This record gives sequence, C-alpha cells and structure tokens, in this order.
Amino acid sequence: MSQKDFVLSVEGLTVSFDGFKAVNDLSLYVDEGEIRVIIGPNGAGKTTVLDLICGRTASTSGSIKFRDKELTKMSEHQIVHAGVGRKFQNPSIYEDLSVFENLELSYPKGRSVFGALFFRRDQAVINQVHEIAEMIFLQDMLDKPAGLLSHGQKQWLEIGMLLIQEPDLLMLDEPVAGMSVAERRKTAELLKRITKGRSVIVIEHDMQFAEEIADRVTVLHQGQVLSEGSMERVQNDPKVIEVYLGH
Amino acid sequence: MFSDYTANELTAIFAMQGFAGLILFSVLVLMALGLAIIFGQMGVINMAHGEFMILGAYITYLTSNVFAEYLPGLFDGYFFVAMILAFITTFLLGMLVEWGLIRFLYKRPLDTLLATWGLSLILQQIYRSVFGAREVGVSLPDWMMGSYALTDIIEVPINGIFVMLLTVTIAIGVYWLMYRSGWGRQVRAVVQNRPMASAVGINTEKVDRVTFGLGCGIAGIAGSAFTMIGSTGPTSGQLYIVDTFLVVVFGGAQSLLGTIASAFTISQAQSTMEFFLSGSMAKVLTLLFVVGILMLRPQGLFAMKIRH
Amino acid sequence: MNSLKQIFPKGDLIAFAILAVLLAVVFPLAMDVFRLNLVGKYLTYAFVALGLVLCWGYGGILSLGQGIFFGLGGYCMAMFLKLEASSPENTAIQSTPGIPDFMDWNQLTELPWFWEPFHSLSFTIIAVMLVPTVFAFFIGLAMFKRRVGGVYFAIITQAIAAILTILIIGQQGYTGGVNGITDLRTFLGWDIRTDSAKVILYFVNLVLLFTCLVIAQIIRKNKLGRILVAMRGREERVRFSGYDVANFKIFVFCIGALFAALGGAMFTLQVGFMSPTFVGIVPSIEMVILCAVGGRLSIFGAIYGALLVNFAKTSFSESFPELWLFAMGALFISVVLFFPNGLASVYQDHIVPRFKKRFKKQGKPVAVKPRVQTAKNQPNTTEKTDDVLTGGTL
Repeated sequence: MSQKDFVLSVEGLTVSFDGFKAVNDLSLYVDEGEIRVIIGPNGAGKTTVLDLICGRTASTSGSIKFRDKELTKMSEHQIVHAGVGRKFQNPSIYEDLSVFENLELSYPKGRSVFGALFFRRDQAVINQVHEIAEMIFLQDMLDKPAGLLSHGQKQWLEIGMLLIQEPDLLMLDEPVAGMSVAERRKTAELLKRITKGRSVIVIEHDMQFAEEIADRVTVLHQGQVLSEGSMERVQNDPKVIEVYLGH
Repeated sequence: MFSDYTANELTAIFAMQGFAGLILFSVLVLMALGLAIIFGQMGVINMAHGEFMILGAYITYLTSNVFAEYLPGLFDGYFFVAMILAFITTFLLGMLVEWGLIRFLYKRPLDTLLATWGLSLILQQIYRSVFGAREVGVSLPDWMMGSYALTDIIEVPINGIFVMLLTVTIAIGVYWLMYRSGWGRQVRAVVQNRPMASAVGINTEKVDRVTFGLGCGIAGIAGSAFTMIGSTGPTSGQLYIVDTFLVVVFGGAQSLLGTIASAFTISQAQSTMEFFLSGSMAKVLTLLFVVGILMLRPQGLFAMKIRH
Repeated sequence: MNSLKQIFPKGDLIAFAILAVLLAVVFPLAMDVFRLNLVGKYLTYAFVALGLVLCWGYGGILSLGQGIFFGLGGYCMAMFLKLEASSPENTAIQSTPGIPDFMDWNQLTELPWFWEPFHSLSFTIIAVMLVPTVFAFFIGLAMFKRRVGGVYFAIITQAIAAILTILIIGQQGYTGGVNGITDLRTFLGWDIRTDSAKVILYFVNLVLLFTCLVIAQIIRKNKLGRILVAMRGREERVRFSGYDVANFKIFVFCIGALFAALGGAMFTLQVGFMSPTFVGIVPSIEMVILCAVGGRLSIFGAIYGALLVNFAKTSFSESFPELWLFAMGALFISVVLFFPNGLASVYQDHIVPRFKKRFKKQGKPVAVKPRVQTAKNQPNTTEKTDDVLTGGTL
C-alpha cells in the first residue's frame, strides 16, 4: 500500500468498547509535511483516533503504519521514540515542576532509568530549552512553577514540551480551546512556525482556525471518515452539511 | 493426599467443609458488601471497617445481656433487636465519621487509608477500655442451638443456616437499594459524574454521608452475624480487614455481584484446603492465589470496560 | 551526573551537618548505652521511612508492605547470627547438636538447605541486600508493568505482608515461628551484647544511614527525582514524553526495599533478635506513618519522624500504655488532615520564613525557592475507575 511516501497510513482501524464501535473500519493517510485537521461532531471518535495512534488505547483490529513501523504493537513510550508527539485536550504539564524542568524532562535524552540517574544538564540542553521557551513565549517564566501559569500558557508549554522531543508527527488535540482571542492569534502563528518540516494532525472545533492552518481536512462521523479534502470542498459536501445541520 | 479417604468420606468432607466455608462466606460477604459500597462507589479505603463490624458485635453482646437480665421471656428474639440496634449505631457512627473526617479526603484515597487506620486504633482502644481486652461471646437462644442432620455423616449447624439466610436477605436488600431504588440511582449518578449530579439537583454531600453510613451499617449487621460463629475482642475486626479488601478488589470494586462471587471463591478455597493442610498454609495458598490472579487481572473478576 | 553543588545545595548541606552533629555527637555524649541503643533501634526504622519518601512522597507509590523487606533483611542477618550461636559445642544438649534450638524443638534433625549458605558472612551480606531487592523487583515487575498502582498496589503489598507473616509463623521449624529467631550472641566471635559493641554498632548504623541519605539525595536532585515527581502527578504525560513509567516505579520501589532491608539487618544486630512482629500489616503501616509525620517529601523529615514517633511510643507505652493507641490514632488522623506534608512542611512554612525575615533585616538577599506543591492540587480526571487502577492521580 505504501508506495507513496505517506508518513502515516491508518488502514481498517476499528476499536470497540463492549460492542460499541467508537472507531469503525477507518482509513486515513497523512503525507510528509502535511497539516491535517480532523473535525467532526462530538462523539465522532476524533480523540479516540489520536488515542489509538499514540498507543493510549489498544485497537481491536486494523493497522497503523508510521513510516515502516507498525504502531499498534508498540507501547506508548516506544511510539514516542519512533517520533510521534501528542498534546492532550486539557493541558497536561507537570504542575509541581518549574517551566525549565518541564521542558528539560521532555528533552529526548536520558530516558532510561540509569540514563536519567546520570543525566547531565549540559549547555546543549540549556540552549535548547531556552530556544524552545522563546518560541512558546515563556522565556521569562523558566523558573516559575508550571502550576502558576495561565491556561493559555499551559497549552503553549505543552506544545513546547512536544517540540523539544523533535517529533516527525505532531498530534494536537484542540490546541486553542479555552484561549483568549489574542492568545489564539499567537498560537496560530506558533503553529505555522513549528509545523514547518513536520507532519501534523490537529483536532479542531473552531472552523475559522481550522481553515487558517489546514492543508487538508478530514471529517469524522460515527467513527468513520465522512468526507476528506480541502476545506472548501468539505464545507460544500452535502453529507457534511447534513451531519452538521441535519439534526 | 486424597488417597487416605474413601469416596464416601471424601464427599462428606467436601460437604462439611463446604458448609463451614459457607459460614465464612457469609461473614465475608456481609463485611465486603459494606466495604464494596464505600470503596467501589466512593473510592474511600476504610481501614476501620473491621472496627465497625466489631462495634456491631459488641452491641449484639450488650443486647443479649440486657435481654438475659431484664427480659428473659423474650430472649429467643433478642437477635433481631440486636441486629437493628447494631445497624443504627454503626450507621450513625459512620455518618459522624464521614462528616468529621472522610469528607475532607475524597480526592486523596491513600490518605483516607491512613486516617481510617488511625480511627481504627482509637476504636480498638475504646473497646479495650470499655469491654476489656478479653474476648466476649454471646449465648445463643435455644432455637439456634443444635444441628440438622442431612445424612448419617453430614450435619449442619442451625446457627450457620440462619446466618446464611440472613446474608442472602441482606445481599438482596443491598442490591435492591443500589440498583432498583431512587436513592441507589442517586448514588450511582454521583459516582459517575459528581458535578453533573450536583447540577441536576442531587445533594451530593448528603448522598456521600448516607452512603458511607450505610456501608458501616451493613458492617454492623455483619458484626451481629459474627457473634454467632466467633467470639468478639477489641482486635477481632483487624483480622478480617485484609481478607475483606481482597474480596472486594478480587471481585472488581464496583460490582456487587463480583463481590459475592469472589467471597464465595475465597471462602470455599480456604475452607476446603484447611481440611487437608494446616490452617495457616490454607490461608497462605488462598491469599497467594488471589494475589496471583489480581496480578494477571488487576481490574478484578467483574470489572466494567470503560472508554477513556 | 550533575555537579556536587547542584546535588548538595547549601540548605541541604546544613541539614546534613545538623543531623550528623545531633546523631553522631550530641546523642552519644548525652545518653547512656541503653538509651543510645534504643535510638539506634529507632534509626533502623528511619531507613524504611527514607525509602518511603522516595517511593511514596516522590513516586506516589504507597507500599503497605515495607515490613516485608525490613523483615527479609532482618531475617537474613538473624539466620547468620543464629547459625553462629548454634555451634555444636553450644548446642550439645540438643538431640541434634549444631542446628538452631527451635529446629530441634520442632523435631528437625537436619539443617534445611536454604539455611546452609548462611554460614558464610559474605553470602549473608549479599543476601541481606539482594533477597529483598529481587523480591521487590518481581512484585514491581508484575504490578507496574500491568499498570496496577495506587490503592490496588497498597492493598496487594499489604496482602503479601500478611502472607509472609502467616508463613513465618506457620513454618516454625524453619523460621522460629511466632517467637522469631532469638538468642543471638556473637558476630564472627565478637559479642554483640556488650556495651562497647552496642556503641560501635550504633555508629555502623549511622554510617549506613548517611550512605542511604546521600543516595536518596542524589536520586532526588537528579533528573530521576524530577521524573518521579512528574510521574506522581501526570503519569500519562511522562509516558508520552517517551519514558517507560513502569521501569522508574520498579527502580524506586527496589531502592525502598533495599533501604528497608539494611534497616532490618541493623535492627537484628542491635536488638539481638528478629520476629514476625516486624514483618506484618501493623508494623508496615506504622512505618508509613513515621514517614508521614516527618514529611513524605523530606528525606530529613523521615529521620526526625522516625525518631520522634518512636520516642513518643516508648515514653507513652512506658507510662500510659492505654493512652498510646489513642495518641497514635490521633497522630495518624491529624497528620493526614492538617499536615499532609508532615513536620517538614511545618518547618518550611513557619520556621524558615521567620529566619528569612531576620536575614532580610540585615540586608542579605535570600533566594526564594519554589516550594514543591502538596498533593492537594492534583489533576482531576473524570474516569474514576481509571484513576484508581493506574493510580496516576492518587
């Protein structure tokens, strides 16, 4: 199937929870360097798809290929090592640690027990942390406990934690949810900058924001792909209109 | 180890041990039902649960003494009065404990474990100061004495049958309360989504308090039943707490049916093995078996599958 | 590894120094040998409490089975000492001379195979450290790889403690039963019951304790320590930052077991016997309270907690035995309700600021360190069963 160089090819993916199929025979292909936005009504299975890709939920059947690696058989940390990064819907950061430490922990070195024990905070780590901190507008907050950040800043910090991992595929679950208009604008800018040279999957409710960043859009409905293509095409698809407005 | 016995003897042994296991089963179920409500529904680890049971046992003991002293004519019926009193006392104490201690700790289950352990130490010392360190027993009314002969070699004690009937009644009652009554619906609603339950007008604080009290009250009834088959001392409850927790966890914390099935498995395994091995080895093997299964299936026997 | 300055910042160095002076100078000068030996005994629990700070305070893993490891370490040492005390000359009156007395009483005529290697001191020392650690490794492997944590882990470790106690009591021919292994006399021919031996053992104990403290400090101040803290609050995020969470839990649980085992071995040496009373549910949970009273996040707090609670226990149970359980129960409840981070937080919140005020008056700038937050503000997730099972947010 993968003659073309897809970064991610999901084929026949199904997961059922006690008979309820949250994702049903879903196929999805993401190109190298593409920004894909997944939209769909509540309960369409958007977050579940991300959960399946990053190994948080085990699939019932189907395959998820990232480059040449079959992700369905790997555990979460192996998937991260393979180059997939995931941001959660609610900002998930280490409140008890400082912003610097949050970023440092995400730096892809010293990930084994003894690696961590003998990890040295050298200049390369410090430089990298500062660089990322500047990118996510938190360069003045490095020594602050992350628990004291505002909601929007927490979202940025989590994005920064992903960036420092240098993932090839970035998955963001509603990155602008709960942000003010100004923060939202800054985030759009940030996303545009960080998505260069990476493939990105974004789940988004905000259509305007989606249109702004998306290369292509996938509409999910009841665990299946309802429509796919450019924003314009998707918006004019009668099936999509039916689902969004029909009931 | 079976070769020393004839087939007939083996059947009798299994039947008698099986019955002995049923009594253990009854106490475990009654203990575990209360705990399953408190732990499974509220996520609170009540290490003082055994002490609530023992309180019920002491109340039963006191009631039997009062009847023997002042109402000897009604002695045959004292147990029913005792049971109700045991329930009311432990229910009220449970609500008091929830109000004074547990409600501050809902988000910290491991801390409820430590705090209720502290409570159990205090209760134990109170029992020791009030009732003395020696174990006390109740005298059974005449109609509970004796045993009923099933066959020539199989005899079952009547108090055992009574305790079992009691267990079945209470288990059905609890099931009805949790799954068929409006109040049970409220409890389950609070468990599944506290803010939402509160938003639709359920008084979650009251539900918590009554749920905790109910769990303790059932422990009190367990204590009444306990007096029929063992003597009561200040630390008798502590002996049961680990077993009871294992029963609840083994059954899958949120499933009442699972609790009953797991109490049955554990008590039967223990009781049957006890005949062939020493009591302590039977216990070791039973616990090892349960721990082993839990390592393979940490969610317990009857856990629900939940999407996250 | 980071520089020494990062691992031992000034404040911690002072804390180390104060503790060292107190334990190595003040106590030995101020106390008679009997009291000093008692302190030595209390300090063996400090090993356990220290391990619990790492496991529970930092890693969020509450083990209610530290008595298992304390006991295993203690029993390994006791077996060695017992064999030495049961030389054929010493036991000539037995029907089988040369085996421990309790075996003879239980009609054993031969030393069981697993006792044999304990004739060797080097084997014993390795066993003291390895047996409990390997046991912890397998418990951890079975549980953490399957993501059992939190309450479930606590209950299962408690059950294992119960199993081990029942086993030790039931197999009295092999273990000395409920009385334990008693009447230990010499260590390589050196009488450990004399006053001078007790003083020397006290100092050996101190050296070991400080070694463990330094190890704990290194772990805590390293990236490993920060991963533990991160894991306690956001297990899933740590997993998605590319860490195999189970390995870190197993590691810290093994360290806790190792510390406890060293404490147990030193207990046997200083007190002269080992029994199942130090293995089961009740002692295990008391060890947790030592840690909680001192402060589950403070390695120094753990040591002061162990000393204070045991001092209180001894003096209370000497003068008002019936009040002791009340006091202990009240201690559990009040620590959990009012001081979830123990004495260390009282010190941090009330004593340190006063000092700082004074310094500020003299115009000395004082660096403000971000305080590690308490367990109170932990994330709320909606699925309760999931929380309980993984223990991530407990």
